[in-house]
Amino acid sequence: MKIGVVTFPGSLDDRDAARAVRIAGGEAVALWHGDDDLHGVDAVVLPGGFSYGDYLRCGAIARFAPIMQQVVDGARGGMPVLGICNGFQILCESHLLPGALTRNDHLHFICRDQRLRIENTTSAWTTSFAAGQEIVIPLKNGEGGFVADDATLDALEGEGRVIARYLEINPNGSRRDIAGICNERGNVVGLMPHPEHAVESLTGPTTDGLGFFTSVLSMVGSSR
Amino acid sequence: MARVIVDVMLKPEILDPQGRAVQGALGRLGLEGVTSVRQGKHFVIELDGDLDSDRAAALDRLAGELLSNPVIEDFTLTVVDA
Repeated sequence: MKIGVVTFPGSLDDRDAARAVRIAGGEAVALWHGDDDLHGVDAVVLPGGFSYGDYLRCGAIARFAPIMQQVVDGARGGMPVLGICNGFQILCESHLLPGALTRNDHLHFICRDQRLRIENTTSAWTTSFAAGQEIVIPLKNGEGGFVADDATLDALEGEGRVIARYLEINPNGSRRDIAGICNERGNVVGLMPHPEHAVESLTGPTTDGLGFFTSVLSMVGSSR
Repeated sequence: MARVIVDVMLKPEILDPQGRAVQGALGRLGLEGVTSVRQGKHFVIELDGDLDSDRAAALDRLAGELLSNPVIEDFTLTVVDA
């Protein structure tokens, strides 16, 4: 159960993501943006941060990093990929997920413990949760407003591809309170809040984030 | 030398909170009657030699792939000096 965590120039949360993988029982493998080899990993996490300084648009330059061609090919072949925050932005820029992430409607960077409702428990990264389960994990972003046209939003909701929705407040102006989505196959998930920061009671508000990582480990494990 | 200008703007239906903040500031600074501000990006691209059709086509493609995100943005490309 090797899960790769990609480090781009400007990634912040790669160490926490790797730690979350280990706490969940997996083996974390550090992957480098300039490498064009996935080193045999079973799944990939694109971590949060500010890849390439968020220049141009968040994730716009990271999308063209050498490692991303391997990630895109793997994702199209069914390999589980989780993009968290900046990773979610990279997945949208790569067209692995529909829509885009835009500047928070209130213009402020926001950092808070955010309550979410898990709405899809069949994706590669959410099988450990119960349908409708409420969790609290940190959220921290400046450009986290999920936008897509109405037809895309209707399709995402109709096909059960909204992974999680914001509860209590909509922290960034995301359309229809969407915090995370997945692709048609369910192997690619993008999530704006940070489950990797909620895996230990010492440092996180909860340990609710662990479920994302145990989900993929159970899936990867059962396929072997 | 060839020079190409690419302007990128958010699509009209996409909320532009930055433009809205600028609009508010213009009003606070005494400018009356501002009904809308939309903020975009302006790229000035200089190339050596003449702009042949291959490079023009590549620029047009990259304006839609790299310089703008077609999900939320439109671009216009203007050749200033071919």
